[in-house]
Amino acid sequence: MTILAKHAGYRQAYDALLAHGVDPLNVQFDSVLSPTEGVLNGQTTILLGTNNYLGLTFDPDCIEKAVQATREQGTGTTGSRVANGTYNGHTELEKAVADFYGRKHAMVFSTGYQANLGVLSTLVGRGDHLMLDADSHASIYDGSRLGMAEVIRFRHNNPDDLYKRLRRLEGVPGDRMIVVEGIYSMLGDTAPLKEFAAVKRETGAYLLVDEAHSLGVLGETGRGLAEAEGVEGDVDFIVGTFSKSLGSVGGFCVSDAADFDIMRIVCRPYMFTASLPPGVVASTIEALKKLRAEPALRASLMRNAKRLYDGLSAMGFQTGPEANPIVAVTMPDQETAVVFWKLLLESGLYLNLALPPATPTNACLLRTSVSAAHTTQQIDRALDIFADVGRRLGFLPSDRRRAAGAL
Amino acid sequence: MTPSMRNEISTIFEQVLGRPVSITDDTDIVEDLGMDSLGVMNFVMAIEDFYDLSIPLDRVAQIQTVADLIRAVEDLKIGNAA
Repeated sequence: MTILAKHAGYRQAYDALLAHGVDPLNVQFDSVLSPTEGVLNGQTTILLGTNNYLGLTFDPDCIEKAVQATREQGTGTTGSRVANGTYNGHTELEKAVADFYGRKHAMVFSTGYQANLGVLSTLVGRGDHLMLDADSHASIYDGSRLGMAEVIRFRHNNPDDLYKRLRRLEGVPGDRMIVVEGIYSMLGDTAPLKEFAAVKRETGAYLLVDEAHSLGVLGETGRGLAEAEGVEGDVDFIVGTFSKSLGSVGGFCVSDAADFDIMRIVCRPYMFTASLPPGVVASTIEALKKLRAEPALRASLMRNAKRLYDGLSAMGFQTGPEANPIVAVTMPDQETAVVFWKLLLESGLYLNLALPPATPTNACLLRTSVSAAHTTQQIDRALDIFADVGRRLGFLPSDRRRAAGAL
Repeated sequence: MTPSMRNEISTIFEQVLGRPVSITDDTDIVEDLGMDSLGVMNFVMAIEDFYDLSIPLDRVAQIQTVADLIRAVEDLKIGNAA
């Protein structure tokens, strides 16, 4: 028995997974070849679960900028901006992000996770009320615990439930902050943002949208769900990440709040961690330029997403509510999910096995994320592998050929 | 707890779990009723709807037994009325 014995329940659940001869939480790649291919156990494998939405991780210009900045400015900043100062790149990146969103201010964090920790623990404090969607990402829950605000959870994507809870707070002092996500990471569903914006206006609350999975994915210019829904004016704070569509690492928050810069001396997850290295900053700036200059990337992404979603749905797999770059297939139970995932992997298809408690409604999911860089052939190959494994496990509800003909 | 409140809570448990339950003050919601985290969340939301209140997350974390739950609901009802 050690000090970690308190996690025995998780150990038991994890061991049960490992008993299948797989470790879905620790897949070891021999190498990664491109945004869409890696090598696993010596086998070239299609990457269909890495959130690489625009496929920019191997973009030659982004790589060149990263190399150049690293040569000129070194591999790291060796500390925080408070202690070691701000590099030109940090300022340039913040200006570029603010400009992209048409906002007065932007602040960059070292990861998307830290952006949520920082923003949620600083914008609201003791006596304030943080209203979280029940299906919020772990970073939102963790950020809510880092601050001192009262945290109230409302039913997922349910503006009426949110309204009811805000109404209960009538007459109670303190600011109210509503937190929702553009695209939810497990099922790929979007928030009903127009309705949430209406609740926000009626109740005088602030609204924060986490566009981690929707930046570069949704909206006329790729700004995310708020743009797609035409409610950017109602969104007080947008949080996001550079680690998905922009192919690097880091997080950000943008806002028009007049006194936004006070965050730089009160936001602990910003102040007490090393700032982003020059190479990461440089590739991110270049990737943002590509995102803005090449809307064709977004078109390819959505085309691929729809092809995968329609293909899986037509075969009879239970998919999420809408065709977004996150396509999740719900499995009947954990046993089937693990075996299915293992067979997909052995067939050369990598995606995420998502199990409770990390999933909404305790679903066991095969979670895919599509990239603009996937070829049509890769998407079709993925569909073929799904069909083959479905047949081998004897529960594919319809014949692949007939389903494909109906497309 | 008052008999009416016990009945109300018992009914909500049964609705969420889909089976009859027998509860006392000392009933441990997770251990004795076999609820997972999703079950607890659904149950808490059903309680919130019924009593027209919101139980903040830090308060939810402190609730282990039925008596803890009753206390939280009563405190919040008094707080709302004040």
